[in-house]
Amino acid sequence: MNKALSFAKDTSLYAIKGGSMYYAWLLFLSFFILVGTYTSYRQFTEGLILTGATDQVTLEMFFANFVFTAHVAAAAVLVVAPGYFYHRQDMKELAVMGEIVAMVFVATGITFILYHMGRPDRLLHMVPGIGFLNFPNSMLVYDTIVLNVYLYLNLIGVFYILYKKYVGTFDSKHLARWFTPIVYLAIAWGPLIHIVTAFVLASNARMESWATAVLPFGFLSMAGASGPSLIIVIFLLARKYTKLEVNDSVIDLLTTIITWSLGLLMLVFAAEMFSVLYSSTEHAHSMKYNMFGHNGLNMYVPWFWGVMITLVGSFVALLFPRVRKSYNLWLPLVCFLVFFGVLIEKPMVLVFPAFSPSPLGEYTEYHVTLIEFFNVLFIWAMAFLWLTLIIKGAIGILTGDVRYEKSPSNTVKQS
Amino acid sequence: MSEENNVKMEDAAELDAGRRDFLKFVCTSSAAALVVAPEAAEAVVKAADSADADTTVAEFFQGHFVLMSDEEKKQAIARLEKRYTAKFGKETTVSDVAAPDDVLFGYALDMSKCIGCRRCVHACVEENNQSREGTVIQWIQVMKIPKGNISFSADELEKGYPEKSQFGDYGVQVGGNAYHPAGMTTEGAQSYYQDETVPDKDFFYMPVQCQQCEKPPCVKACPVRATFRDHAGVVLIDYNWCIGCRMCQLACPYQARRFNWGEPQLPAEEMNPKTHYFGNRPRMKGVMEKCTFCVQRTREGRNPACLEACPVGARKFGNLLDPESDVRKVLETKRVFRFKEEFGTYPKFFYYIG
Repeated sequence: MNKALSFAKDTSLYAIKGGSMYYAWLLFLSFFILVGTYTSYRQFTEGLILTGATDQVTLEMFFANFVFTAHVAAAAVLVVAPGYFYHRQDMKELAVMGEIVAMVFVATGITFILYHMGRPDRLLHMVPGIGFLNFPNSMLVYDTIVLNVYLYLNLIGVFYILYKKYVGTFDSKHLARWFTPIVYLAIAWGPLIHIVTAFVLASNARMESWATAVLPFGFLSMAGASGPSLIIVIFLLARKYTKLEVNDSVIDLLTTIITWSLGLLMLVFAAEMFSVLYSSTEHAHSMKYNMFGHNGLNMYVPWFWGVMITLVGSFVALLFPRVRKSYNLWLPLVCFLVFFGVLIEKPMVLVFPAFSPSPLGEYTEYHVTLIEFFNVLFIWAMAFLWLTLIIKGAIGILTGDVRYEKSPSNTVKQS
Repeated sequence: MSEENNVKMEDAAELDAGRRDFLKFVCTSSAAALVVAPEAAEAVVKAADSADADTTVAEFFQGHFVLMSDEEKKQAIARLEKRYTAKFGKETTVSDVAAPDDVLFGYALDMSKCIGCRRCVHACVEENNQSREGTVIQWIQVMKIPKGNISFSADELEKGYPEKSQFGDYGVQVGGNAYHPAGMTTEGAQSYYQDETVPDKDFFYMPVQCQQCEKPPCVKACPVRATFRDHAGVVLIDYNWCIGCRMCQLACPYQARRFNWGEPQLPAEEMNPKTHYFGNRPRMKGVMEKCTFCVQRTREGRNPACLEACPVGARKFGNLLDPESDVRKVLETKRVFRFKEEFGTYPKFFYYIG
C-alpha cells in the first residue's frame, strides 16, 4: 500500500513539473476549462436548448465529437498491436503510450455522451440492476458496454505496466498470466468500439445516408489515420523535449499505417459516392446537399470540399518519402491536417448534413452556439490536460526518472 | 551571496508551490464539475428548502412506472398530483387507468377532406399540455404538398418535349412531368405555411403524427425502455424514466417525436388539470414526448382531441378489433394506405381517399 501511495505521489509530482512552455500549455488548457466550467453549468441548468440542436437535427457537436474520440481511442491499438503480435521490441516499449491515449479518449467520449444526454442526472437508469438495459435490442446499450469495457481494459493495462515499471519488477518476458490476455483482449476490443459506434448510426433506417455497409470500414480507416497522427505528434514532442527514446522505425511504421488507412479511406469514399450518386435515388439527397447545397442552404459545402481536399492532399503528400522523413516539419504538419480533417469531417460531413432532408422533407442547417462550442472546447481541454499529465508521468517512469526507492528519502529525481 | 541565493530559491519554491496549488485547484474543481451531475446537486439543493422536499427526491429515485408495485404507483401518483397542484394552482389529477382489454386502437385520416386548417394541431397542444414558448412543441405536423406530387397533371404533360440528340429527335423526354416526383414523396412539402385562407387550390394537406407502429423503431432504439408499446397498441413514454439520449427520435421515420430542449413553458391558466401518467401530465426538460392517441381520453372510451376539433370530419378513431368501429368501416370500404410502408413499421394510422 505504501508503494502504491508513493507511486501516485511521485508520478503526479513529476507530471506537474516542466519548463515554461509546459506551463504555458497547461495554462492555455486551464483557460478553456475555466470558461467551460461556466458554460457547462449553464447547459446543465438550462438544458440542451442552449445548443444549436433541434428536432430536425437532433445530434449535436457533442455526438459528432464522440464519434471522433472513439476513432482516436481505437487507433491506439495500432501502437500496441505491432509490439505484441509481431514482437517489435521498439514498439513494445511504447505500447503503454498507446494505451494511455486509448484510456483518455474513451473517457472523453463518455464525457461527450454525458453532455449529449438530456437528463444526465438519470444516468443510473443505464446501470444494470439499479436501472434497466434494453438488451439485446438497443444499439446504444452495446455501445455503452463496449466503451466501458474498453476503458477498464486500458485502465488496468496502463496502471499495471506503469506501476510494475515504477517498482522495478516489470519483466516483459514474464508478464503476469492474467495481463497478457488483457492486452490481447484490448487489441481485439479496439475495432469493436468502432464497429458498434458505426452500428449505432447505421441502425436508423430513416437516416438514409448512414444506411450503408461501408460505414464501419470508413470509421476504421479514419481511426487508422487520425489516432496514429496524434500519437506521432506526441512521440515527436516527447523525444525532442524528454529523454524518452523513440526510434525512427516507430515513427515510420506509424506513418505507413496512416498512409494506407488514408488510402483505404479514399476507396471507401469513392465506393460510397459511386453507389449513391450513380443511381441518384432519394438516398443521394443528403450527399448532394452536402456537396452542392439546396436552394441557397449551402453552409456545409465549403466544409465538405475542404475536408475532401485535406484528406486527399494528406494521402498524396504522405506518398513522398521526403515528407515521411521530415520529422521536424512536414510530417507533424500533415499529422495535424489529418487529425483536424477527420475531426471536422465528423460534424460537417457525417452527422449534420445527414439530417437533411428530414423524413418530412425539411432541409435544415445546424448553427453551433457559443455555449455549445465552449463546452466542446472544455471537454477537449480536459482531455488534453489529462493526456499531458498522464503521459508526462508515464515518461518519467519509462525513462527511469521516477522510480521507487526503498531509502526513507525516496524523492523524485529531477532531470 | 549564498544567503541571497537561498532566499531566491525559497521564493522560487514558494512560487512553484503556488503554481502547483493553482493547477491542483483547477484540476480538482473542474473534475468535480464533471463528476457531479450538476442537475442532481441542484435537485437536492432545491429539495432541501422547498415544501415538496420529499417529492422531488423520491421522484429522483423512483423506478420505471410499469415495473412498480401497486403501492409504489399510488405513492408516485400522489407525489405528482401534490406537486402539479402546487405548481399550477389547480386541483390536478394524474390517472393511471390501464388500457381496456381486447382493444387495438387505430386511426384513419381522409386526405381528400383535410383542408389544412391545423385546428387539430392547436386542440392537441391545449389538451396535452405542450410547451408554448421557448421550445414550442406540437405533436401533429401538417404538410402542405403540391398536388402534382401524387398524380400527373394533364397540363404538365403537354409541356414535355423530346430532347434533340445527334441520333435524331428520339432522345430523352424532358420538361412537363419528366423530372417531377409522382407518388407519395415528401419532396416539396411545406410544414410552416402561413396562408390567409385554406385550402390552397394547388395543394393537398397531409397531417402526420405518431403512427403508433406495430413494430416501432423508437421502442427498439431506447436504451432504457423508457418508451414501450402498451397492449392496446399505443406507444407510450415514462417521462420520469427517459434519459434524453434521443435515439428514438433518430430512429423514427415519421419525425413524430418531440424533445424538451429547455424547461417547458406551460402557462398555469392554460393547463389542462385532467391528466394521465403516460399522457398529458406536465413534462420536464430533457425528455422526449409524442402523440399518445390522447391516452387520458381514449382509455376512458372518449375520442382524441384532434378528432373532436376537426371541422370537416377527416379523422376517424376506433378499435381495430371491433367490426362496427369507424376505422374498420373505413378500412373495408375506402382506398387506404400506410405512410412510408417501406420502413416496415406497420403503422396503425391509416390514410385514405374518401
